[in-house]
Amino acid sequence: MANTADQLVDQVRESRIWRSIFRSGKGDSNLHKSLFVQQNVFLHLFSIKARKRTVEFSATWYLGAMTLGTFMILVITGVLLMLYYHPSAPQAYADMKDLQYVVSSGVFLRNLHRWSAHAMVFLVFAHMFKVFYRGAYRAPREFNWVIGVVLLLVTLLLSYTGYLLPWDQLAYWAVTVGSNIASAVPLMGAKIRFLMLGGTAVNANALLRFYVLHCVILPLTALLFITVHFWRVRKDGGIYAGDHSSERSER
Amino acid sequence: MSEDAKLKPAPDSPEEMSRRQFFVKVGAGSIALAALGTAAFSYEYLSPNVLYEPSPVVDAGKPDHYAPDSVTLDPQTAIYVVRASDGFFALSAICTHLGCLTAYKSDLGIIACPCHGSKFNKDGVKIEGPAPRPLPWLRMWLSDEGNLMVDRSQAIAIKQLVRV
Repeated sequence: MANTADQLVDQVRESRIWRSIFRSGKGDSNLHKSLFVQQNVFLHLFSIKARKRTVEFSATWYLGAMTLGTFMILVITGVLLMLYYHPSAPQAYADMKDLQYVVSSGVFLRNLHRWSAHAMVFLVFAHMFKVFYRGAYRAPREFNWVIGVVLLLVTLLLSYTGYLLPWDQLAYWAVTVGSNIASAVPLMGAKIRFLMLGGTAVNANALLRFYVLHCVILPLTALLFITVHFWRVRKDGGIYAGDHSSERSER
Repeated sequence: MSEDAKLKPAPDSPEEMSRRQFFVKVGAGSIALAALGTAAFSYEYLSPNVLYEPSPVVDAGKPDHYAPDSVTLDPQTAIYVVRASDGFFALSAICTHLGCLTAYKSDLGIIACPCHGSKFNKDGVKIEGPAPRPLPWLRMWLSDEGNLMVDRSQAIAIKQLVRV
């Protein structure tokens, strides 16, 4: 039985259609494995080989991977929530309430989005602390640390813009306070606030701007920097496994 | 070395540039100009020219509606109409700290902000809290119909009461 299943898998991997997509073909030599990674647009962001130490839980606590996981949950649930949400005042509040009480599984998706958002902020910080205390930000990984800081800011901006969308009292006053903090910037503070809100007060224009930022501009920015972040891990010699002396002793 | 010297322009004509250098300069200049233009257009596009926001001028109604020595908040327009013993004045209800809507506590006789705990007295003068400035007095006048009118966009520096 196992034999025939293996044969079937081999047959599929040898077929013309499969080979047209995945060129590596059948076989599990190191060459096949590395070709499989190299010739896949998604996988080629990652290293072909990794030290065993770097894939152990203790090396990273999988904080970066879990951050990516929450981001993916947020993208999927977010797109689903968009199907029932109109970014207009005061309809937005009613849509949010409909999602909670009327739409099937709406409350589940909304809460999943909300808790994943909280988790992502927590995980981003935890990931940053882990990288910092392990010293993994040092050369040659300094630039990836900088990209990480950009991703931290994008995450916080995603949180902040998403906060307004329920259009309830909490959202309204939080963004009133937040936009007034932005207006404390010297010289051009009032102008920044005006551009941010699309007006002089938190109203329909502000809701629409925050919606576009939250659903299009910031997720695309995050995706761009996430891609570079992962690719840099490969280019900087894989996940940091500890200093050289310990690496040598492990060999 | 001697070949290099031949290729370089003569030292007595330093402003002479090659065709390639000229086109690189023209190209880079055009791109810089286009980038500046794009920035200017983007800024203009992102700044709305018409705002569908409520008018800053508020009709606060007849003066008799306000009891003597009272502070009345209209949460929709975020103003206090204060009737003092010798006249009326209008106070912005927006906290000068971070823009929250303040509330009048009649039992204490003070105006308090729920967000970060700033406190003001009935004249808008700061008692305590993170607020950097007192609550501004707003321009108030009587309309021809005898209604109290308030312009929320105009703070007045000299405190004046409207006597009815």
